Amino acid sequence: MKVQNNRAWLMVLPMLLIVALSAIIPLMTVVNYSVQDTFGGNEFFWVGTEWFQEILASERFHNALQRTLLFSALILAIEIPLGIAIALAMPRRGMAVSFCLVLMALPLLIPWNVVGTIWQVFGRVDIGLLGHGLASLGIDYNYTQDTLDAWLTLIVMDVWHWTSLVVLLCYSGLVSIPEVYYQAARIDGASRWAVFRFIQLPKIKRVLLIAVLLRFMDSFMIYTEPFVVTGGGPGNSTTFLSIDLVQMAVGQFDLGPAAAMSLIYFLIILLLSWVFYTIMTSLDNDAAASKGGQ
Amino acid sequence: MASIHLKGLAHRYPAASSGATVPYALNPLDQVWDDGGAYALLGPSGCGKTTLLNIISGLVRPSEGRVLFDGDDVTDLPTEQRNIAQVFQFPVVYDTLSVADNLAFPLRNRGLEKAIIDARVAETLVMLGLEGRAHERARSLSADDKQKISLGRGLVRTDVRAILFDEPLTVIDPHLKWQLRTELKKIHERFGHTMIYVTHDQTEALTFADKVVVMDAGVILQVGTPKALFDRPRHTFVGTFIGSPGMNVLRCEFDGEQAFVDGVKIPLDAATCSVARGRGLHESTSVRLEIGIRPEAVTVSGEPKTGPAVRLIAVEDLGRHLLLRLQLGSQPLCALLPEGAEIPEQPTLHFDPAMTLLYADSLLVEGTDDTEQTSAVRVEAYA
Repeated sequence: MKVQNNRAWLMVLPMLLIVALSAIIPLMTVVNYSVQDTFGGNEFFWVGTEWFQEILASERFHNALQRTLLFSALILAIEIPLGIAIALAMPRRGMAVSFCLVLMALPLLIPWNVVGTIWQVFGRVDIGLLGHGLASLGIDYNYTQDTLDAWLTLIVMDVWHWTSLVVLLCYSGLVSIPEVYYQAARIDGASRWAVFRFIQLPKIKRVLLIAVLLRFMDSFMIYTEPFVVTGGGPGNSTTFLSIDLVQMAVGQFDLGPAAAMSLIYFLIILLLSWVFYTIMTSLDNDAAASKGGQ
Repeated sequence: MASIHLKGLAHRYPAASSGATVPYALNPLDQVWDDGGAYALLGPSGCGKTTLLNIISGLVRPSEGRVLFDGDDVTDLPTEQRNIAQVFQFPVVYDTLSVADNLAFPLRNRGLEKAIIDARVAETLVMLGLEGRAHERARSLSADDKQKISLGRGLVRTDVRAILFDEPLTVIDPHLKWQLRTELKKIHERFGHTMIYVTHDQTEALTFADKVVVMDAGVILQVGTPKALFDRPRHTFVGTFIGSPGMNVLRCEFDGEQAFVDGVKIPLDAATCSVARGRGLHESTSVRLEIGIRPEAVTVSGEPKTGPAVRLIAVEDLGRHLLLRLQLGSQPLCALLPEGAEIPEQPTLHFDPAMTLLYADSLLVEGTDDTEQTSAVRVEAYA
């Protein structure tokens, strides 16, 4: 017997409303801007895909995208291995555990603009502990003038701020491994590397995937900290996509191109996250399949 | 393969706070495990069995005493240099590796040549009956197949001196337990590894082992063949722990000729009496005396006045046996009757003197010529 009951839709309605207000309607507003031009006064002209073509062809966008990709790549290359290494080195029992966990959680509790301000002051050559210290050692360091120094400052700041997240995720995976696996590995004469490769890494793979995705998305969208520390400079050397986007939308008030750029930006993040997810979840399946096929 | 000698061995786990004294997890003991023997280490949970096993394999370093393999002191050698195989309660497989790679793992770690590894792995796969599944991922196997792989990683090595099992059949389905245990016995007969099998299941212990070591509260109470443990338990704990139901243990008095349970005369055999008299047990008041008799050795008849009368409390049907719960004086005891036996209304008891054992302070009163007696066993520490 077929039961028809349209009242079920009522149950879904609150959720639909929340999703619509929080995601769909703002996104559609952006889509609306991206295909029109305006000179103010609430007058709009249909321009089709013109803004998208302009953004995709612009050198400014290419440069910002390359900088952002490079930044994310460096962040992942440093924070993921470093986070795993720290998690492996952390104690598993005793008083030291709570101490380490609190120490690790501290940077995560600091608001982003405060982190930016801390490092902005910390790195200043005139009054900052780091900047002044390096200067007095005779090292020529100035993040407001030198591109490399600016990048180094931003990367060290991000590593300081976010490696803890990777550490905590990996640590939670590591402590869930039963002691008997390590005992079996000792019986089998496994080296430290073999223990990591065949016991620890497979067991933390799921949390590591979350760590990689979170760190990729966050670093690819980074805005507040470089805005506070370098403001995108010197020149445009630390102008990432997010900073560029805000300049275009708020600074120049080019709503059409900015909306098109937002959508492209959004799609890139979605695409790259999907690529990471697919690669990391299919790695073992491929390994097993190729073994089985031999 | 090797004989294993535990010399003056004892272990305390480290105290949680400094200064506090922790009781022994394992009381001082001396024990020799003969080369090629199949031993079972039997005892209730938490009695120190696993600690003892981990000390042999080197996962735990003993706080006192030495561990000798074939006379060589290995106390300070790490696990990987002791050439011990160990199978744990829960199967351990390397999830991301195939069955064959799991078996090859301990050999690769030891840097063997590929040709040798492949040959050994192929041989072990056949031995375990997993030859068709060599390239499957180990993660996808059932618990019993995973446990076979855990065992296989020990069998694949040629240098193994002993295989230790720590309750390996806990997570295995009952109908597969028999099968795996039979395979273990076959492997033992074929290769003659020294095997030590920890369990709290007496059926497992008695069917697997040539010799059973019974432990409780960190003390080895008796080492003997399954038959000796059943017929002449040296400690009342062994008597009550082994057998289903366990041995009847009844408080008694002893006048030099026979025992009395709540005034009821129980005959003892002449040898026991003379040993007991020799130790002055009939005059002592400080020693706690008990008799022990297996439910299987208690006979019940309906003819009045041929023996002491008992009260029948309950009858339980155990399938092939009837279990009679009786009361002699103030003390409960059990008797096993064959299935279909007639249950008398006014039961009288008959104890076979040869099967009636006398215990002084829980220890068997026996002659010193008993071959099963191991002088090494120290039971003073046992509370």
